[in-house]
Amino acid sequence: MKSILKQSFSMAIKSLLATKARSFLTMLGIIIGVGAVILIMSVGAGAQSLILNQIESLGTNLLVVLPGASEKDQPPPQAMGITVTTLTYDDYLSVKDPAKVPNVMGIAIFSKNVGTTSWKSASYDTSISGTNASYRDVEGGNLLEGRFFTEEEERNLSKVVVLGATVKKELFGDSKAIGEFIKIKKHSFEIIGVMEKRGNVAFQDYDDQVFVPVRTVQKIISGVNHLGFMRVKINDRENIDQAIKDIEFTLRDKHNIDDQSGESDDFSIRSGNEAMQLFETVTNSLKYFLAMMAALSLIVGGIGIMNIMLVSVTERTREIGLRKAVGAKRSHLMVQFLLEAITITLFGGVIGIIGGVATSYIVSLVANYLHYKWDFVVTPSSIIAGLIVSAGVGLFFGIYPANKASKLDPISALRHE
Amino acid sequence: MLINIKNLKKDFKTGDVVTKVLHGLSFTIDKGDFVSIMGPSGSGKSTLMHIIGLLDRASSGLYELEGVDVTKMNDNQLAELRNKKIGFVFQSFNLLPRTTVLDNVILPLSYASESVDAKERGKEVLKSVELSHRLHYYTNQISGGEKQRVAIARALVNKPSIIFADEPTGNLDSKSGVQVMEILQKLNDEGNTIILVTHETFTAEHAKRIIKIHDGLIVEDQKVINRRVAKKGEALK
Repeated sequence: MKSILKQSFSMAIKSLLATKARSFLTMLGIIIGVGAVILIMSVGAGAQSLILNQIESLGTNLLVVLPGASEKDQPPPQAMGITVTTLTYDDYLSVKDPAKVPNVMGIAIFSKNVGTTSWKSASYDTSISGTNASYRDVEGGNLLEGRFFTEEEERNLSKVVVLGATVKKELFGDSKAIGEFIKIKKHSFEIIGVMEKRGNVAFQDYDDQVFVPVRTVQKIISGVNHLGFMRVKINDRENIDQAIKDIEFTLRDKHNIDDQSGESDDFSIRSGNEAMQLFETVTNSLKYFLAMMAALSLIVGGIGIMNIMLVSVTERTREIGLRKAVGAKRSHLMVQFLLEAITITLFGGVIGIIGGVATSYIVSLVANYLHYKWDFVVTPSSIIAGLIVSAGVGLFFGIYPANKASKLDPISALRHE
Repeated sequence: MLINIKNLKKDFKTGDVVTKVLHGLSFTIDKGDFVSIMGPSGSGKSTLMHIIGLLDRASSGLYELEGVDVTKMNDNQLAELRNKKIGFVFQSFNLLPRTTVLDNVILPLSYASESVDAKERGKEVLKSVELSHRLHYYTNQISGGEKQRVAIARALVNKPSIIFADEPTGNLDSKSGVQVMEILQKLNDEGNTIILVTHETFTAEHAKRIIKIHDGLIVEDQKVINRRVAKKGEALK
């Protein structure tokens, strides 16, 4: 049997080489299929890594407290444009109390709006981020010049503003901004600081905004009393679960909710880990869906293999007859033709893997050249899977032709012209 | 007694139509014999050869090969027996393309249950048909006569009990034909049993015995009195 395997293999290679163009065209379906699956899996993982790196750079020991109830695996109501007013500045003060919620390193609260800022004749539409003095403890970011506002200014409804880098450039160009007054929605604000350029992080442009004390935005600009959301930075990842419980308890107490099951909550808490998991789930399903689509071409390729193997069986009918005459059993011929089919698909699979990996590598090079933090990810498991799948395609689509070959009657096969 | 055939019949069914090809043949062949089976086309000689060569089964009757009844054997048993006991030489050579002479010759050994040094055995039989100088040639690089000698070597490689030659000179020029017949006679002299199927009296007379078949019956079975001896350089016809 061993010599049959060896012989079949060398026979398969010989017939592959004898009909190079035909073999290549036959393999093309498998090459494209395997290559595309490898490419999609790799590029998908690269894109995922790009975004996860960004989310991670924000810190994974962050909690987000949102107004309104929402299921953990569904988007919050805000995402659908619904305004919920159940989170207030007082809630922030309670959560900030170390006696109620220990382990908190910092809290950033937000009440956002959009509006036109103007200085002299220049005007610019931007995002107005109402936030608190400890914003930078949570969100980071450095000042290029000047200072951030203080807790006192936060409480006093001071009309001070810190400009994001883009806003500074749009309104002032290269001239000095500190000490000047700009108009935001017709109110005059003194510029006390300018932020350093920070760029995009996790789809958010940090430079295209102005920072105003949160109460000032609430009372003077928006005329509301609620917060959009707050971000709570916890001192250690291990304390996140405890912190969630503490915040829940505090807010329920504050909102007079007796039900501790969470079903009656008018707020929701999400952790960075959850967001990452959610993101991964969504992108994974997208990735696997695309890979499935690419795998469809493997079926088409497999049909091509079956077709060419049937042609081969017909062309080699006399050979099959002779092999039977000199003592080949059905199983011998079955093995021989299956092995030929598998050799073709495996060969195609190897070329496909090389092509897919090379293309993924080029994509990652280009992405890195464009300054994206893009990991080149090709898992050994995807290569092994590529090999197994291509061999499997050969096996599956080779069965019918091989069976046909093995069932030929030796006498009529020998007489075949 | 190598082959014992009694009242052998063969019918072919095509739908509802039954065609009787062999009507009950009986004969024996001893070890070391050289028998020609003759008959015009349609006489049933090919069918008989297929049955004796274990490529087909009789519809009824007895066929014992070396004392073993082969009529009830399944496909795999027949394949194994063909591999061990029978060597075929065909009119159209049936060599594998893109394969060397040596690899063609040792093909039957790859299906054999016992392991032998295939290459050594292959070289040995190629020497006996005087083709040692062609071992690594591809089959499209040699002449027709050489091809048939390769086929004979392939038939010998398993040390079979019977060598079947089905019109072995049919596709050859007369000079090559003589050479093939000379080799078959030499192999017979060395003790091999040979069954030659032909429709040419001249070729048939190289055998020791001729069985003539007509319309599925044996019409004549006798020894060759003036046996022809093939000699190199002579024309066959």
